[in-house]
Amino acid sequence: MDNFPILTALILLPLVGAAWILLVPGGTEVARAHNARMTALLTSLLVFALAVVLWLNFDNGNGGFQSIEKHDLFGPYFSYHLGIDGIALVLIALTAFLMPLCVIASWDSIQTRVCEYMAAFLFMEALMIGVFASLDMMLFYIFFEGGLIPMYLIIGIWGGKRRIYASFKFFLYTLLGSVLMLLAMLYMINTAGTTSIPELLAYDFDKDVQTWLWLAFFASFAVKVPMWPVHTWLPDAHVEAPTAGSVVLAGVMLKMGGYGFLRFSLPMFPDASHELAGLVFALSMIAVVYTSLVALVQEDMKKLIAYSSVAHMAFVTAGLFAFNSQGIEGAIFVMLSHGVVSAALFLCVGVVYDRMHTREIAKYGGLVNRMPAYSLVFMVFTMASIGLPGTSGFVGEFLVMVGAYKASTWLVFVIATGVILGAAYMLWLYRKVVFGELTRHDLQSILDLTWKEKVVFAPMLLLVFWMGIYPNSFLDPLRAPVAKLVSQLERAPQQTADAR
Amino acid sequence: MYQAIVFLPLLAALVAGLFGRTIGDRGSQLVTTLAVAVACALSWMAFLDVGMGHGDFTKVTLLKWITSGDLTLDWAIRVDTLTVVMLIVVTTVSSLVHLYSWSYMAEDPDKPRFMAYLSLFTFAMLMLVTADNLVQMFFGWEGVGLASYLLIGFWYKKPSANAAAMKAFVVNRVGDFGYSLGIFAIFLVFNSVEFDTIFAAAPGQFGKSFEFLGYQVDVMTTICLLLFVGACGKSAQLGLHTWLPDAMEGPTPVSALIHAATMVTAGVFMLARLSPLFEQAPVALQVVTVVGAATAFFAATIGTTQHDIKRVIAYSTCSQLGYMFFALGVGAYGAAMFHLFTHAFFKALLFLGAGSVIHAMHHEQDMRYYGGLLKHIPITAGVMFVGTLAITGVPLFAGYYSKDAILEAAFASPSPMGTFAFVLGVSAALLTTFYSWRLWFLTFLQKPRWAQSEHIQHAVHGHHHDDHAHDAHAHDAHAGHADAHGHDPHADQAHGDDAHKDHGDGTAGYHPHESPWPMRLPLLLLAIGAFAAGWGFEGQFIGHHMDEFWRTALFVKGENILHLMHEPGRVPGWVPMLINGVMLVGLALAITAYLWKPGIPAAFVRTFPGLHKFLFRKWYFDELYDLLFVKPSLALGRLLWKRGDMQTIDRLGPDGISAVVARTAQGTSRLQTGYLYTYAFVMLIGIAIATSWFLPRLFAQG
Repeated sequence: MDNFPILTALILLPLVGAAWILLVPGGTEVARAHNARMTALLTSLLVFALAVVLWLNFDNGNGGFQSIEKHDLFGPYFSYHLGIDGIALVLIALTAFLMPLCVIASWDSIQTRVCEYMAAFLFMEALMIGVFASLDMMLFYIFFEGGLIPMYLIIGIWGGKRRIYASFKFFLYTLLGSVLMLLAMLYMINTAGTTSIPELLAYDFDKDVQTWLWLAFFASFAVKVPMWPVHTWLPDAHVEAPTAGSVVLAGVMLKMGGYGFLRFSLPMFPDASHELAGLVFALSMIAVVYTSLVALVQEDMKKLIAYSSVAHMAFVTAGLFAFNSQGIEGAIFVMLSHGVVSAALFLCVGVVYDRMHTREIAKYGGLVNRMPAYSLVFMVFTMASIGLPGTSGFVGEFLVMVGAYKASTWLVFVIATGVILGAAYMLWLYRKVVFGELTRHDLQSILDLTWKEKVVFAPMLLLVFWMGIYPNSFLDPLRAPVAKLVSQLERAPQQTADAR
Repeated sequence: MYQAIVFLPLLAALVAGLFGRTIGDRGSQLVTTLAVAVACALSWMAFLDVGMGHGDFTKVTLLKWITSGDLTLDWAIRVDTLTVVMLIVVTTVSSLVHLYSWSYMAEDPDKPRFMAYLSLFTFAMLMLVTADNLVQMFFGWEGVGLASYLLIGFWYKKPSANAAAMKAFVVNRVGDFGYSLGIFAIFLVFNSVEFDTIFAAAPGQFGKSFEFLGYQVDVMTTICLLLFVGACGKSAQLGLHTWLPDAMEGPTPVSALIHAATMVTAGVFMLARLSPLFEQAPVALQVVTVVGAATAFFAATIGTTQHDIKRVIAYSTCSQLGYMFFALGVGAYGAAMFHLFTHAFFKALLFLGAGSVIHAMHHEQDMRYYGGLLKHIPITAGVMFVGTLAITGVPLFAGYYSKDAILEAAFASPSPMGTFAFVLGVSAALLTTFYSWRLWFLTFLQKPRWAQSEHIQHAVHGHHHDDHAHDAHAHDAHAGHADAHGHDPHADQAHGDDAHKDHGDGTAGYHPHESPWPMRLPLLLLAIGAFAAGWGFEGQFIGHHMDEFWRTALFVKGENILHLMHEPGRVPGWVPMLINGVMLVGLALAITAYLWKPGIPAAFVRTFPGLHKFLFRKWYFDELYDLLFVKPSLALGRLLWKRGDMQTIDRLGPDGISAVVARTAQGTSRLQTGYLYTYAFVMLIGIAIATSWFLPRLFAQG
């Protein structure tokens, strides 16, 4: 077991599955589609099982990297170097958890180019796991940027009417960020003489340079998170993406930005992080209030949830730059919780979209009359989204605010208003869609959840309550790496003071 | 045992909620009612043990909750006198309301869902009162908020109910905003949120200051005021009270349980629980006194003008909660808890009595269409008479003991705000007596005025009880009806003409019936409580056995005001006489205006139209908030979306760039297909540059 390259297996398995789907010979269109669905489901379930094994064998007490695999390719400059700490572990698990649900959710709703669709998802899964498992900067870069390609395809091919505009916008934003990040990476390789992340973590970058490097990485991660004001690609991308695309986008892709901060910005440029924390706080505060207010007036269900995502992710950035364990653990917990809850909310939209082919809020009303099970599920995720204690949404936001309060009372005072506004826009959405008389003629025959939809929601419901009632299962792996990160960050202002 | 008290209702809620269709209506009713009744029996055992028998205070740890850095939180049950008092209040009223709902909701198609919500509420409330740290209390706090939201909006077809439910949740979130900031500040200062730890450390923070929003402020005052904002939300105190009257959109048993006896008293419980903190913050206590006294008075003034029987009782609740708060403010924690205890009985009684009237009157809630019901529903009239005696503070009845203690404590208090509270409290007592008797007279005495009621018209003209959606439907009709007729009692004279022809007695030929036994029994039991809860427990809550009863559950810095006020000369003889006097004056006014010379109210409205309108429109709070918060938020949201996101960020960013690209790329076809390759190309260039950058160095090193 010790020598089994489990991380490689996690990356390779979906690739094999994708290849099998695309290369398997002939048969009718229907047979190939069925084969694609079954292969995708089995592969993603197998990946999830492997991720569970990875978690069970994980040593929570170790703050360093584990399950390391290293094969030199170009000496110190590029190597196949994998390994995880607790932060990467939980994000890999989240990815592996969501993927089978995406496959089931797309089972009936995707009817065109099924093979390519399923292959794109598996390909994307491999790359996303690669992002979290990379310990080589160039490898990280390839996974990080490469992971976007299947997402462009998913939006561009299986998306809605304005899919071209949406994926182009997505592309423009990320392009800007990645160019700057690449330049920064090149500089770092040149200066430190290595692409190994563990070695870069130990390297002390000059303080003045740190600021520039930090800003360059920030350009990329801020777009990914997304932070205000580079968030406008997200609502469009969500609206145009197919349901499962939104699930992955909200569930995993956004978390790559937060992960980037944790892996690069904070530990490698601690002085710059301290210096620029104020900027991050300011943008987070604006994001919470601004996007919550915008969410209040949305007419499209997906847009509303997309704007709420921006507000939630602002809690992540606020928590990360609080530089204490509650703030950072809270931020990671918000990422996990948001990964499940917003994914579930997009699935909830998908359920009615599949039936009515519209996401316009005004086209619904009174669904509870015919869809009691759906209404219950939607209610639970709505409550989780607005951070009701006992659900996953509460724990993360609470920890973030506890931690951030130590950094700045103003910060918490402002972002806590998001908790009020969040209740307002989510309950308004729920009320307009679910409550009331079922008056619209075309809704009279709408059907409640199918068993496939119930299968998708059941594990998510379980997880939302598990994370809310016994969050330590998910906080335990984070403790050691976060403690290490916090001590690195605490040293930084010390050194600054010494230098003076 | 304590686990059973807390978790039986949860279990029942899950069974009724998830398997309601399998076990049926009666099954759901049995499961939930039995579970809560067992919890009730166990609670009384706990009360006899810990409260009356001076058993040990204990703490049962159930499970670890959140551990992060130096923050550790457990799921735990804390048992002391304060807990067991709340346990019996919650479970007793809850089990009676469960039983009452069997009949009250008999025509509703969604009985299992209703029973499940009631039990869910009971669970959340029990978690709140048994919490041993601020965050678990917050869990219960928001949990009861959720249950309240679900129950107010229970008749989901009714737009007004949905709006009221949402309003209740959002307004409470404003309060919770303060509560959560209080928790963060407490953790910053004490490095813990557990009651025992922070209580022990609180005296050490007295008079210290810290930074809050850029200002240096007193630690304890700031923390307590933040927490008090939370209490104001949940307990509908002035400023955050606007949700409570609207919450009457929910079914009446809900109003009795949640919006009268239990949930709305959570704020009072919170301050009593946190007495070791508030005692270190004298300024905060003064604010509590002022807000409480102002609420007691303000809500009572509105209560005198409302027509809807439930709204009158709702404002009465708001006002009585004000009494509890100013009692807390002057340090009379025992008296506040005593009033909470007695109020739970008589207010639940009044609400369930009102429910019985509404049931008898075919869902009519407007008192202008009541009258003369005494001989038709004598039991309901009788128990509501007892309730009225109790709330107005007639000697021997429950309210007399607790309200007098509060007013005397306010008078005797050395607090600079004590006198203010006493004056407003006595004035509110006068108004309380007036509106309480007004309600009883308008409903049970005078001549029947039923013929003008649309609900009664419905009942008489062949609408039978076989319509399944009947309850919600009837309420719909009522909502529209109230809107159409505004507040002018004479607007629909013409409407009743038809009926007048046949029945000159104003009954329209309608025959109200007394409610069935599942409703009658709770009423009778609560009537016993409203009669006996005062003298029965005075000794424990505020009398001779007070210190052994409360022990460390309540904390008072210095001399307890409830002892002080018994010192000779502290409270002169005219004070209790004044309190009893205003009660009689209120009664006399009500008799004059509603029995002796019924023309007076209309004459009053004609003489002071401005004042009446101001009171009837509830001091214009809703209009003000709409203008200040709701409309600006929506306008700002629209502005930021259209002007900010679309016209600024997008125009300068992606749209601007794409316009340039489109121009140079000559046509859109290239754009649509080309950018993906462009992207891959850029990535490749990046890797190429990287390679060319490090390869020479590789050789140089080698």
